[in-house]
Parts: sequence; C-alpha cells; structure tokens
Amino acid sequence: MLYHFGKYLLFMSTLVVRGESPRILINRTIDEAILIGINSIMIVAIVSTFIGAVTCVQVSYNLTSALIPRSTIGFMVREMTILELAPTITSIVLAGKVGSSIAGGLGTMQITEQVDALEVMGINSASYLVLPKILASLLVFPMLVTLAMFLSIAGGYVAGTLTGALTAQEYITGIRDAFIPYNIVFALIKSVVFAFLISSLSSFRGYNTAGGALEVGAASTTAVTNSVIAVLIADYVCAELLL
Amino acid sequence: MIEIHNIHKTFGDKKVLDGVSGVFETGKTNLLLGASGTGKSVLLKCIVGLVKPDIGSVTFDGTYFTNNKLDIRQEIRRKIGMLFQSSALFDSMNVQENVEFPLKMLTPDMSKSERMDRVNFCLKRVGLEGSNKKMPSELSGGMKKRVGIARAIAPNCTYLFCDEPNSGLDPLTALKIDELIKEITEEYNITTIIVTHDMNSVIEIGDKIMFLYEGKKLWEGTRDEIMDTDIRELNEFIFANRLMRDAKKVEEEEREEHQENRESK
Ligand SMILES: Nc1ncnc2c1ncn2[C@@H]1O[C@H](COP(=O)(O)OP(=O)(O)OP(=O)(O)O)[C@@H](O)[C@H]1O
Ligand SMILES: [Mg+2]
Repeated sequence: MLYHFGKYLLFMSTLVVRGESPRILINRTIDEAILIGINSIMIVAIVSTFIGAVTCVQVSYNLTSALIPRSTIGFMVREMTILELAPTITSIVLAGKVGSSIAGGLGTMQITEQVDALEVMGINSASYLVLPKILASLLVFPMLVTLAMFLSIAGGYVAGTLTGALTAQEYITGIRDAFIPYNIVFALIKSVVFAFLISSLSSFRGYNTAGGALEVGAASTTAVTNSVIAVLIADYVCAELLL
Repeated sequence: MIEIHNIHKTFGDKKVLDGVSGVFETGKTNLLLGASGTGKSVLLKCIVGLVKPDIGSVTFDGTYFTNNKLDIRQEIRRKIGMLFQSSALFDSMNVQENVEFPLKMLTPDMSKSERMDRVNFCLKRVGLEGSNKKMPSELSGGMKKRVGIARAIAPNCTYLFCDEPNSGLDPLTALKIDELIKEITEEYNITTIIVTHDMNSVIEIGDKIMFLYEGKKLWEGTRDEIMDTDIRELNEFIFANRLMRDAKKVEEEEREEHQENRESK
C-alpha cells in the first residue's frame, strides 16, 4: 500500500519535469477535454436527471406531515443534489467512464510499445500522455458537475409536478429558499478534487501496465475501483474540512 | 559510432544478457544475429535506454549514455530513429500523422508543407504512397513495418535501429526494405543496427555481424567471413537457414520444370 503510494508520488513528479512546449500541451489538453466531454455528457445527463427525479419522489414520500410545507421538498432536492449527489454520483459515474478509458488507453499504448516509441523520440511520455488528460479532467469535470446540478434539479421538478407531489410554484419557492451560494463553490471544489484523483490514479494504473491484453483489462478494473474508493474518501475529507 | 561495454541484464532469475561488448560503426549496417529468445531485442532496448542494464555502459559517438543526465540522454534520443519489432504505430493516428509525428515534435520550425513533402517522400521510399489516410488497424503486418520504417527515417536521424525490419514480409519486399536501410545508411552516413535472424539479410547487407547466443556474443565479423567460421552454434544457425533456402530453391526449380513441361506439351 505504502509502496504503491510512493510509486504514485514518483509518477506524479515525472509529469512535471521536462515537459513538451506549452503549445503542444495546450493543444493536447483541448483534444482530451473534447474527448472526455463528448463521451461523458450523455451518461452524466441521464444519470443526474434521474437522480433528481428519484430524490424528489422519495423526499415527498417521506414528508407526509401536514405541518411541513410542500415547498420543503424542493429545498431538500436542491440541497441534496448540489451538495452531494451531483458532484459525487457524477464523479463515480465518470470514474467508470473516464477512468477505465484512460487506464485502458494508456495500458494498450504501453504493451504495444507505443510508449517506448515516444520515449525513443526523446519525448517524456508520461508528461506528454498523462498531463493533458489530468488538465482536461480538471477543466471538464466542473462543467459536467454544473450540468448535473441543473439537470437533477430539473429532473426533480418534472418528477414532482408530474406525480402531483407539489405544484410548480411550490417547487420553485423551495429551491429558492435559504440558498447558500457557497454550496455551489463547495461542490465545484469537490469536483476538481475528484477529477484530479480519478484522472491521476487511472493514468498511474494504465501507464504502469506490463504484460498483455489481460493486464490491460486488469489495470482498467483496478483503476476504476481505486478511483471510486478515492472519491468516497475524498468526499468525506472535503465535507469535514470545508463545511 | 556506438560502443557497448559489458552489458548484463537479468529478468527475475533469468539471465538474458551476459556481458555483451562491441562496436557498431558509422556508415555501416551492423547486424545483430541470433535465434529467437537470445536477447536481441533486449540488447537493442538496452542500447537506446528503454531497458536499464544491470551492469554495463553505452556510448554514442563518445558521449556516455547509460546513467547520464536526463537532458543528455534525451538530446541523444532525439537523434535516434527506431523501428520496433511490433511496429508500435500510434493507433489513434493515421499513417500520415504517424510519420509526421516525430517531425512535429523534433523539428518544430519546419513548416506544414515542408513536413508533408518529407512525409510523402518517406512513404514513397517504403512503397506506401497513397496510403496516407489509412489507420494502423487497416494495415497488414508488413505495411505496418514499412510505416514504422518511414516514421523512423522521417527526421534525419543519426542512429537507426531496426528490430526485425523484414520479418513477416514476402522475400521481394524484404529485400527492398533491406536495400532501403543500407542505402539510407550509406547516403546519410548514419550508424545502423539491425536485429535479424534472416541469413538472406546477412548476405545482402551485413557489413558487420554480431552473433548472439544465449545472451553472449559468440562471434563477430563481416559477411565474407561468416561462411568459414568454426563456431558450432553459428554453423548450426547458418545451416538451418540454408536448409530453408535450399528447400525454397528446390521448390522453385520444381515449379519451373513443371511449367516448362506443361508448355512443351
Ligand atoms: N520485460 C521483460 N520481462 C521479463 N523477461 C523478458 C522481458 N523482455 C524480454 N524478456 C526475456 O528475455 C529473453 C530474450 O527476449 P528478446 O525479446 O530479446 O528475444 P529476441 O532475441 O528478440 O527474440 P525474437 O527473435 O523472437 O524477437 C526472452 O526469454 C524473454 O522471455
Ligand atoms: Mg526480438
């Protein structure tokens, strides 16, 4: 465990020594960001809409007391999705989607000697391949999480009004009630932390693949499980530190 | 000139290289000959630093390479063109982008049109003009090899390493590739190391040959000397190769005879 952590730190330090020119780095980062964004936007949209809808239905099921106004449902949907569900669930979904594709891609490049080919050209393969992926994730994850917040609140609206749990007016009153802007900042900070963990851990696993196709599959799986665990631990740490 | 000195490499408890030393001369095609699994690819990777030797050193034109500072190693590496045994094409790029890639990275001041000229020139030399837009997954093994060679020679390298450039190619293409490598070597006066187990290559282009056997250098010499060595392992190797060639020749003769018979009828 400690050994792997040390290796991970060493790996991260190789990313920043002797990189390529800024122009190449920026171009590569944009390419990667487009790839990550386009590939994940659909799944993030679907997941977050349903999360919002489910949260709304379940909260309304639990809030049966006549003393509590129905608008509280909207309030709770907003609080739960912005603080926890949108950033964390989205990141866990992305750990599966982005993490496995990063690890699988790098693993394949490693076992087919493409990484060696880069090295022989005098290119720092780790920084050329990995750094843009990490930067792109840092850039794209907050955007996806923002989208997820919107869509889950919208999902809650649709589910709440369709099932007749509360009126549109009540829902809107609820989501505007006692709004703390810092919560959005908190969620975005979390998404950046998760982005770093997922992209760097998956890159680490993928880049250090040796062997054949079997090992690439294994690296992909390990990357996803490691990322998910890291996200959950970081989620707890962020909540303790920042709230 | 590349000099290697006393290279040892062990994987786990398997000794792969056992004290190999030698000199690879500039402007000549230096061949590393040996049976499968004798450590030819590992030796090549030790020379370019992809595998770190346990003991031993490599110098490029007098500059110490192994264990030297990263800057100096990368400086030397930028002068290296290498063809991998598995071709190692970048599978997210098409043929043209693959060949263009080292130019983009190593000579950033080259203009786009200059780069394209160079790419087309290199692809033409390996007989692949018109395949610019194909992806590596759409190429045959031999075509991948040739793209690999084009990518290796695209920047004007000073050192060229080819790991089995003609395995998996038909005899005619193999011969062409061999001749291409020799031509480039002499034209640009570069240092070339070719890993092979093909005696045809030895006879065609082997200026200097190093024979590896179970991680040791057993013999070294020119192609004229290779036929009269008294090293048993090398003779066996040559003999096995000759048997195969003779078999091919007999087959061809029979076919010709057959054809003549048919024609006379
Ligand atoms: N990364 C590695 N880890 C462990 N063993 C290795 C590694 N690379 C090579 N070997 C071992 O080193 C030995 C020599 O391998 P090498 O690839 O150099 O053979 P070769 O001479 O190139 O053979 P071929 O002609 O088949 O390509 C083999 O027995 C192989 O198992
Ligand atoms: Mg080999």
